[in-house]
Amino acid sequence: MSKLCTLKEAIARHVHDGDCVYAAGFTHLIPFAAGHEIIRQGRKDLTLARATPDLIYDQMVAAGCAKKVIYSYIGNPGVGSLRIIRTELEAGRLEFEEYSHFGMISRLQAGAAGLPFMPMNQTAATALEQANPLYRRVTDPYSGREVVVVPALNPDVAIIHVQRCDERGNAHIWGIIGEQKEAAFAARRVILTAEEIVPEEVIRSDPNRTLIPEFVVSAVCHVPYCAHPSYTQGYYDRDNDFYLEWDKLSETPESVQAWLQEWVYGIADREAYWEKVGAETHRRLSVPPLYAAPVNYGEY
Amino acid sequence: MTTFTASELMTVHAARLLRDGDVVFVGVGLPNLACNLARRTHAPNLVMIYEAGVIGARPSRLPLSIGDPTLVTRATSVCSMYDIFTLYLQRGNVDVGFLGGAQIDRFGNINATVIGDYNHPKVRLPGSGGSMEIAGWANRCYIITPHQKRRFPEKVDFATSAGFLNGRAAREASGVRGGGPQAVVTNLGFLEPDENGELVLTAVHPGVTVEEVQANTGWPLKTAANLRVTRPPSE
Repeated sequence: MSKLCTLKEAIARHVHDGDCVYAAGFTHLIPFAAGHEIIRQGRKDLTLARATPDLIYDQMVAAGCAKKVIYSYIGNPGVGSLRIIRTELEAGRLEFEEYSHFGMISRLQAGAAGLPFMPMNQTAATALEQANPLYRRVTDPYSGREVVVVPALNPDVAIIHVQRCDERGNAHIWGIIGEQKEAAFAARRVILTAEEIVPEEVIRSDPNRTLIPEFVVSAVCHVPYCAHPSYTQGYYDRDNDFYLEWDKLSETPESVQAWLQEWVYGIADREAYWEKVGAETHRRLSVPPLYAAPVNYGEY
Repeated sequence: MTTFTASELMTVHAARLLRDGDVVFVGVGLPNLACNLARRTHAPNLVMIYEAGVIGARPSRLPLSIGDPTLVTRATSVCSMYDIFTLYLQRGNVDVGFLGGAQIDRFGNINATVIGDYNHPKVRLPGSGGSMEIAGWANRCYIITPHQKRRFPEKVDFATSAGFLNGRAAREASGVRGGGPQAVVTNLGFLEPDENGELVLTAVHPGVTVEEVQANTGWPLKTAANLRVTRPPSE
């Protein structure tokens, strides 16, 4: 059964006020177009979970979509601070839960595996454990030693951008695969956005590359360039210039609101956004192809 | 005489700490430069792994972020973040971790979380990222940071990542697998832990005085009996 719909329809149907949202992707494949659509539809009181909230959550927090963030690194990677989230946290206007990357990813892994919690070896650093009461310790019943545990994270909805999928939602992802698979299996609903919608035979030609199967997917949206200013491996480069520009742009609430007006509220969808980004940026972010050697699955 | 910046000086000295064949958990910025330099000079078999899940990266450009696509192109392997933190780091397959932080204290503990109180901080920093587990579980850890008094307090405001806690015995008692910090590389010299895990000044860069280092350190800094002067970078 085809699950194809527009991103606007998918967000309207599957993202509700008060939901816990996990927009997946570690630096790679961050579904910015979905974040912008959530902003346009005026969602409120969301709990925004991501290991690295990145610019997508800085923008969603600026737009007033969030009541809480769950994270493990609130920097603008390689640039500095996420100014809006940091300001809101420091002012006490935004609730938060903080983990290390491994703690955060372990929460998703537990959620994805249907487990109540996930054990981790201790690190000798206990300050974050003490600061966040959801970190606990339990005794390993076999060795008698303590392990650190974190509870399962089961987001209401995960949004996952992929290079290609079929219209049922079987998805190929390559490049940095961060926490996409775990987020998809942990979430109650999954919105897939894809650079390309391909025939089922393309997916079946390379089953090892299928990280997400159709039966965990709620909606499939064809959204080329969904990830900009993040990137899609093999399709377009990361827009590092924009990440640097955001650092300046986010210095004042006025310039942020003006940016949201111009690039989110004033834009119908990603197609219009990408056209507005312009030919020069398209050229700057284009990437020469480099294909893997073909693999032989055998005709059995 | 070769001229170089403070960053180049730290990069070269960090690179020299790496051994051929080391598996290194690389951070962005100076650690990335140091690893690439080491791999192109004395350590051609260095394996660079990144928390994004990349193993054996061969970056052809200097990445701004730790998840840049250049890390993937021509890498040996790419896996999930859960796999990189479990199969590689937690299991004990990482030789070296490189760390930085807003504060490093007398026992090599690192703060990357808050300046001030956790719930009402003066500054909320980006947070642990991968550093809490890297500091715990890599066999050897190196810290690279500019040497400034505010970065070297006697005790960190928040111990995001463990050095030797309040002494080497405390880290050992915790049962954590990694060896902890082996050296702190700064623009003034080297600090290394003594038998008690306290960071002591073991080397200064040419032209740097012990007094200058002390003036930029927030605790009464011990100086090693055999204080060395580092070998300057070459071309």
